[in-house]
Amino acid sequence: MSEPSFGNPEIVEIETDILIVGGGMAACGAAYEAKRWAGDDVKITLVDKAAMDRSGAVAQGLSAINTYIGENDIEDYVRMVHADLMGITRDDLVYDVGRHVDDSVHLFEEWGLPIWKTLDDGTRVDGATWQKKGGKMLKDGGKPVRSGRWQIMINGESYKVIVAEAAKKALGMENIYERVFIIKYLLDANEPNRIAGAIGFSNREHKLYIFKANAILNVCGGAVNIFRPRTTGEGMGRVWYPVWNAGSTYAMAAEVGAELTMMENRFVPTRFKDGYGPVGAWFLLFKSKAQNGFGEDYIVKNAEMLKDFSPYDEAAVVPTCLRNHAMLKEMKDGRGPIYMDTPTALKELSETLTPKEVAHLEAEAWEDFLDMCIGQASLWACLNIRPEKDKSELMPTEPYLLGSHSGCSGIWASGPSDLNGQPDHYHWGYNRMTTVKGLFTAGDGVGASGHKFSSGSHAEGRIAGKSMVRFVRDHKDFKPSFKESTDELVELIYRPVRNFLEHKDKTTAIDINPNYITPRMFQMRLQKIMDEYVAGVATYYQTNKTLLEEGLKYLTMLKEDAVKMRAKDLHELLRAWENYHRVWAAEAHLRHILFREETRYPGFYYRADYPGLDEENWHCFVNSRYNPETGEWELKKVEWVPLVEHSTGFKPSA
Amino acid sequence: MPTFVHTEKCDGCKGGEVTVCMYICPNDLMKLDVEGEFTGHAMKAFNQEPDQCWECLCCAKHCPQQAIELRPFADWAPMGGTAIPLRTDQAIMWTIKFRDGELKRFKFPARTTPVGSIDPYGNKPEPGDLDSELLFTESELPNVNPALKG
Repeated sequence: MSEPSFGNPEIVEIETDILIVGGGMAACGAAYEAKRWAGDDVKITLVDKAAMDRSGAVAQGLSAINTYIGENDIEDYVRMVHADLMGITRDDLVYDVGRHVDDSVHLFEEWGLPIWKTLDDGTRVDGATWQKKGGKMLKDGGKPVRSGRWQIMINGESYKVIVAEAAKKALGMENIYERVFIIKYLLDANEPNRIAGAIGFSNREHKLYIFKANAILNVCGGAVNIFRPRTTGEGMGRVWYPVWNAGSTYAMAAEVGAELTMMENRFVPTRFKDGYGPVGAWFLLFKSKAQNGFGEDYIVKNAEMLKDFSPYDEAAVVPTCLRNHAMLKEMKDGRGPIYMDTPTALKELSETLTPKEVAHLEAEAWEDFLDMCIGQASLWACLNIRPEKDKSELMPTEPYLLGSHSGCSGIWASGPSDLNGQPDHYHWGYNRMTTVKGLFTAGDGVGASGHKFSSGSHAEGRIAGKSMVRFVRDHKDFKPSFKESTDELVELIYRPVRNFLEHKDKTTAIDINPNYITPRMFQMRLQKIMDEYVAGVATYYQTNKTLLEEGLKYLTMLKEDAVKMRAKDLHELLRAWENYHRVWAAEAHLRHILFREETRYPGFYYRADYPGLDEENWHCFVNSRYNPETGEWELKKVEWVPLVEHSTGFKPSA
Repeated sequence: MPTFVHTEKCDGCKGGEVTVCMYICPNDLMKLDVEGEFTGHAMKAFNQEPDQCWECLCCAKHCPQQAIELRPFADWAPMGGTAIPLRTDQAIMWTIKFRDGELKRFKFPARTTPVGSIDPYGNKPEPGDLDSELLFTESELPNVNPALKG
């Protein structure tokens, strides 16, 4: 090793009132809101495994903000989320995001995010042009460019840089630790089920960090690459959601005994094949249609088949999983490939436009990729695809676990205190607190409430941020202490390094050694298990009880082998712990799918032994808890209670 | 789908406080080869795990030498195409190079305010009641209407 101190790290111990773990949209929202309420009395510390300017799911940028309520009723937003997620969502959490989200969007615009506008004469202009043409900011009544009912278009290349600047300035860089990866939360030695701190390491210096905290915000994104991706070889990192989202949010919460919810849910986005480019603007803004290999509209063609999943097939917008379900029918029957018919859409739009406007339209189409999925633009360039001339293939991807997009995996969190009709089991004191005292979450972490996207995650971070300041005020006298000694914690974090140093010279090739496994091979084992047994792309997203039980056997062995992962440098230590988190997220997903005996999300996954929707027995949440004392998982049904009338979210049946 | 570093353009950010690509990469991929032990090119950066590259191009966008480019993933993409960014504080310019040689250029706004100009709490209300559900910038708190129509 060229790094002499490797294996002999410095220990840094930090005490704080509030610890924010993560640096994405939710973390930035929390930092901004919490600091305002905290003043100088409450110490707030933020830890990010990357650099805040470009961390989290918005690192690359975005071409749209997908949640802006504006002229709509919040109740209708609640109905939309409910319908898209097949009827099992927490109305209280969704409503709460809905009533706060626009304020975050208004802040983004004030801070410098360019938001497209529709001018009085009906023309649409980009986010840096309306200022010269008499347009207004959103908060002053400016009209956004809607690509769908809830979405607005932006020039979002620097979206995260802008949002991070506000958060960094609010907290002060002296309270922010970048390039520090938190691997585990710690419970209090004296008070049961009480969060007390977190441990991690720097991936830049040989330093281990031990944080003691009164309250922790767990906001580390969703879970990516727990399934074998469709991309292969060099392309394995070019997946849809950010490859660095390692399921840490779910894993670290589960390990300390927080109740998870709806971990059976997953998201299988249909995206442009191989580049994973976004389809939203193509469908909604450019009015493009998808078709099978014979030019047929497969949603229309398969409408009858979707009736099995009534009433959700009657939703104002057909739920995402049902659209996949219709597409998979075509693929399985050999009627692929699936195409997005971009030439027809652009031709129809161009008919009423001047040549200058056509050029602008073409730029908008490319910007949609370049702002958020550069890989798709470069792939089109490699394939000589020009959207005005060539159709492009679509493909449903490998599964992802997340709670902020069109999915609702996550942690069971308390809702707000004031909503009409809220049942007791939706609210236990502090908004967005988990079932572990002092542990909060937001964004991808909060389960059963999808469709927050970037703006809603920021808003939810703000909700949690304020709530944590209240919690700290009410628990001033808490003195965190750990069961584990500092030496034990150091050994735990550095175990992969020890494995490497102890065994590396026993074989002549460092990657082939019977005493340890590389994080890379560990991840491939996980991906193979999940793909083949837990409804990945290998089985067209199908599984059954026997397959799942087999899968759990192999997953259990993999988890046992986690203690044998090696780390030859700090970068590999990062990968080792990320993959440890991936296994935990994967196990929760498997156990939930095993428990829910129905097919609630056709197109995302199928329980082939229970192929139908079972509203009578399964219109409920599934919650799970890993008991840190016994090491056992417990799963249960939890009652679903609506806060709004949902029948108007569906078309009247014929 | 990895990014790569042009040997002759990278100066290892010798004059800067940080190696920019290494600082900014969200996935900890860019590494400065201080001694040249990994690449044979001392004081140049490289992508240490190309098959974990998300192709977000944060490294290329922020590189002060424009030393970083994208070569789409070799196990699928036909050779020759790419997308090259040139980012300023207010805008981003793109050059799309097709495999067949065609070039397209686009410029999009990225920010409407000067970098570093955000005053997070300037002209904002003082925080009110910590026990309410209102965020500090808000003055109204809607409540849910359970009726058929909102």
